[in-house]
Amino acid sequence: MSDVPREKQASPGPATAQDSPATAPGADPAPDPRLLVRERGLAGYLEDFRRRIRGGELGSIPVVVGVILIAIIFEAETGSFLTPRNLTNIAIYIAGPGIMAVGIVLVLLLGEIDLSIGSMAGLSAAIWAVLSVTHGVNDLLAILLALGAGAVVGTIHGFFFARIGVPAFVVTLAGFLGWSGLQIWVMGDEGTINTPRDSLVRDFRDFYFSDIAAAYSLATVITAGYLLALWRHERRRQAAGLPTRPTSEILLRGGLVAAAAFITAYTLNQHRGLPLALVIFLAVLLLADFMVRRTTYGRQIFAVGGNAEAARRAGINVERVRMTVFTIAGTLAAFGGLFFAAQSGGAAKNLGSGNLLMNVIAAAVIGGTSLFGGRGWVWSALLGTLVIQSITTGLNLMGMSSEIQYMITGAVLLIAVVLDSVSRRTQRTAGRT
Amino acid sequence: MTAAPVLALRGVSKRFGAVQALTDVDLEIRPGEVTALVGDNGAGKSTLVKTIAGVHPIDSGTITWKGDPVRITRPHDAQELGIATVYQDLALCDNLDVVANLFLGREIRSRHILDQVAMEQRAKELLDTLSIRIPSVRIPVASLSGGQRQVVAIARALVGSPEVVILDEPTAALGVEQTAQVLDLVERLRDRGLAVILISHNMAEVQAVADDIIVLRLGRNNGVFSAATTTGEQIISAITGAADNAVVRRQRRTTPEQEREQERASEDSTDGADGADGATGTEETQEAP
Repeated sequence: MSDVPREKQASPGPATAQDSPATAPGADPAPDPRLLVRERGLAGYLEDFRRRIRGGELGSIPVVVGVILIAIIFEAETGSFLTPRNLTNIAIYIAGPGIMAVGIVLVLLLGEIDLSIGSMAGLSAAIWAVLSVTHGVNDLLAILLALGAGAVVGTIHGFFFARIGVPAFVVTLAGFLGWSGLQIWVMGDEGTINTPRDSLVRDFRDFYFSDIAAAYSLATVITAGYLLALWRHERRRQAAGLPTRPTSEILLRGGLVAAAAFITAYTLNQHRGLPLALVIFLAVLLLADFMVRRTTYGRQIFAVGGNAEAARRAGINVERVRMTVFTIAGTLAAFGGLFFAAQSGGAAKNLGSGNLLMNVIAAAVIGGTSLFGGRGWVWSALLGTLVIQSITTGLNLMGMSSEIQYMITGAVLLIAVVLDSVSRRTQRTAGRT
Repeated sequence: MTAAPVLALRGVSKRFGAVQALTDVDLEIRPGEVTALVGDNGAGKSTLVKTIAGVHPIDSGTITWKGDPVRITRPHDAQELGIATVYQDLALCDNLDVVANLFLGREIRSRHILDQVAMEQRAKELLDTLSIRIPSVRIPVASLSGGQRQVVAIARALVGSPEVVILDEPTAALGVEQTAQVLDLVERLRDRGLAVILISHNMAEVQAVADDIIVLRLGRNNGVFSAATTTGEQIISAITGAADNAVVRRQRRTTPEQEREQERASEDSTDGADGADGATGTEETQEAP
């Protein structure tokens, strides 16, 4: 306590405090020389990349490496994995779980979980089938009503979670049971309802844009759009005097996107062309990615997932964000359910049960979205479902039984969660130096 | 003392159930001055700033903003007036980068799309004018040090161009160097003509940067002191409510004889006011308006 008077003598009040900013080292308003501006050129980019890896920001690297490894292994084992036919099948089968995984990514970004998506998918398929087939409702209207049911169900979950304060885990666990009960009740006496020949839902599996121009033009549009967006963004940054990416990085990124797009397009054209399912899935991904990264609402999702109290104090309506995210997740689960109906030839009492829920959640996590909230990206839905579906398809080709598949998928999920936890810990320690 | 108060509280009381948290508290905040709010734990400091920030609406009394009576019933009202609060727990989102945190809740948009470039540009300008040094505005806040996080939190409060900034124990968890950085920042805010309310337990820090020191004790005003003419002992007496308190007794045991003589002398020359009753101190600065 004896240093209190001494401190007072050192700077007694405003008289000398006035001139202390002038002598303080931090008072110079010139640009900070210590700002870590990245080195120009590819070397700087690689340096930055290394720093991120060391800091625990693994991003999507492990999963991309994983997909490539899986493809190589199964191709070596079966010899028929990398055929256009098999790859087209994978492209169609990832659409359903992938669309559901987009919803799960959003829920995970909030730091929550939705255990009811399997039941919601089944309920949606049941509602569509009963309305469309049994009651003869217009097909498109039946689809919209099924999606609407998903939205309502999701909102109910959101309400109990955000307004009442019940943990999302418990609410959706109740939903998991409740909605699959409703699904069976809706199906009534029918065990299964087959998809009618002329139904739109059948197109989710069977429709291909068979003209080879379709796939190539989509690949061109995606590549050009990506490069244009990147280029315009960098131009604006340059005009504003902010550090920009090196041209080599833009070209590298553009090259990777172009390679992925055109190789996919070429492969699909070798079989039956561009499947409608993949187009819808890509559209959902692009829309969701735009929403998450470029809109205020997306920013709010990240903020609530990172620190809900901080978000509340910043004036964000936390309850609204939470409720609407569950609404979106419910709608997307319902949409995904229709794809499952398409793939299995119709709605069934047990559609959406089994390992669907775990596969979808695993996909989101494997793709690089954190279970702990606030970290992740929409494209992990694509990457993760690609991993899961590749494993499933590959094991099927090898004639493995489903129990082996369960164990392998479980192990892959465990690896992904371990990576997530370790990367989170590395971030903590690397961050606080 | 020279400028008219931008914010004034008169006879403010606040009650939580059976607890009378604030009783007839007066407070005046002037632009270009740092007003320190001190008091023991439970003296009502945090409650007082929360009434100003709109977290806890007042039960009775008046709040005037630039001479006009206003009602502050929710955080939004305070923000509208131009009162920004930096809370003790920093209220930053660890997963978002510095730019995103600075503009959280008031993002710049062009045609409903986030304008990342404009936000990053404004963020750099703001941090530069405050001489805030952080490695990059595009790294997550989680990877900043405690002091850096604190200055980001303070900078965040300034994005809305407030006139009054409330800092609730901004240096509580910081090291020596980081504390100095934050205090530098407080002085720069004052030099820019902002009114700063600083809550702190650290007498040395309060005396170093504050112009006026307002003491709360058991939810009541217990003296307003000018930092230039008041000793730490007087303030501690006002905080604890007695001239003979644990702090003074401890000091008497531990301070060498000689130094204590010196203190006695300087204390006598300034005021000699006991501060225990608080009345003299209060009158001293409240005759201004």
